[in-house]
Amino acid sequence: MKYEKRYDGREFEELRPMEAKVGVVKNAIGSAMFKIGKTVAIAAVYGPNDLFPKFLQYPDKARLRCHYNMMAFSGAGDRVRPGTSRRSKEISMVTEKALLPALDLQDFPKAVIDVHIELIQTDAGTRCAGICAASLALADAGLEMKDLVAAISGGLVGQTPVVDLDKQEEDFPNGAVDIPIAVLPRTGELTLLQLDGEITKEQLKITLEFAKKGCDKIYEVQRAALRAKYEEAKK
Amino acid sequence: MIAKSYVESLATKGTRIDGRKFEEYRDISIEYGISSKSAEGSARVKIGDTEVVAGVKLDLGNPYSDRPDEGTIMVNVELIPMASPLFESGPPSINAIELSRVTDRGIRECGAIDFKKLCLRKGEKVWMVFIDIYAINADGNLFDACTLAAMAALRDARFPTVEEGDVIDYKKRTDTPLPISRLPLACTVWKLKDKFLVDPLVDEELASSARLSISFTEDDEVCSMQKGGDGTLTLEEIQTMVELAHTSTKNLRGNFK
Repeated sequence: MKYEKRYDGREFEELRPMEAKVGVVKNAIGSAMFKIGKTVAIAAVYGPNDLFPKFLQYPDKARLRCHYNMMAFSGAGDRVRPGTSRRSKEISMVTEKALLPALDLQDFPKAVIDVHIELIQTDAGTRCAGICAASLALADAGLEMKDLVAAISGGLVGQTPVVDLDKQEEDFPNGAVDIPIAVLPRTGELTLLQLDGEITKEQLKITLEFAKKGCDKIYEVQRAALRAKYEEAKK
Repeated sequence: MIAKSYVESLATKGTRIDGRKFEEYRDISIEYGISSKSAEGSARVKIGDTEVVAGVKLDLGNPYSDRPDEGTIMVNVELIPMASPLFESGPPSINAIELSRVTDRGIRECGAIDFKKLCLRKGEKVWMVFIDIYAINADGNLFDACTLAAMAALRDARFPTVEEGDVIDYKKRTDTPLPISRLPLACTVWKLKDKFLVDPLVDEELASSARLSISFTEDDEVCSMQKGGDGTLTLEEIQTMVELAHTSTKNLRGNFK
């Protein structure tokens, strides 16, 4: 079965409508909401704080800790069991690795910076939405950064290369391939790369380039959200 | 720190701690049935001094509600303190969780097991395949070793007898193997300075800035990838790593008869 037209009528390279806003959690030093299609992620940054137990401290820089969580009601099907799972722990870790290359944490030796990511509503692409929100929240916190981090899934739906798969596409009857990536948009370097599904080397190359282009569009939305905060402040 | 600069200086000179080429694996051995009286399938894999054992246990259970006619698999990797001074007891570390999940995906995503053939009665009873992997001695490259061990143990497994009322008689094993249709194999490529190498020793792993685990099926398709490490990768570098992993997994296939 060929996938000739996307379920929601998008072009194959088209991302779902996006919305981004910073400063959504007042208590945090930085926060942001990132919405793509029906997937909604919020991220809040706390710190730098003292890190205990002491053996967790890095002598020369702060530690970045990410906490990814799907809210119990956030899945379209069954209730998500609250608390951490192997999946959420792995996603927290790859999120940390995706964000680290953008940060300069040497100003805060021995400290910790915590990034809390919560998914309120999900329709696939949650780790990418979480990374987009988290990088905005870190920028909102005023931490020194080389760049924002933009993340999106590329993939195949029934052999057709697409960007930003939704849940219905991920569950395509003849199989789908999901390749979440994160990019430092200014240099084009990848900081996250995972893949599930079967794909040839040639298709992989095309799909990665597709997804990388998608990240540039996200970058625009992210930058606009940061700018909007300061325009608001001027008023 | 000393080990890191040593490994880096060797890499610049085009060599490694044990004198191997960058794309060269250590000797690999696979032994089957290492727990044949208890596990339904088992195997031991050695890559140089790295050793892991894997066992498969089968049980009957309820299917997931969204896949009523499919069996299930679960992969669990334990990094026990026996295997390395760097491992500690307690709940699974994030490294163990990542290893478990990457190994799981490599097998699951290409349909290495025909899950529909693990169904006894739709919506009621399916086979659950538990693959448990333990590191015995960790001397680098656990990613590739775990996938090798899991696939070897799966190929070694035979169904037990099912009596009336879905009671399993583990003592009476049948000759029926698991419905395994594919053979995904993983190769992890490590970026050390500007070099790419496979099958690292622990010191080489610690000196690397990024890694990319890539699984290939026998039809030369990529079936899972996972980037790790704090460093970044460009699209060109990824291309190089995919090619290197492809060649390596082709060679790894020689270890399976």
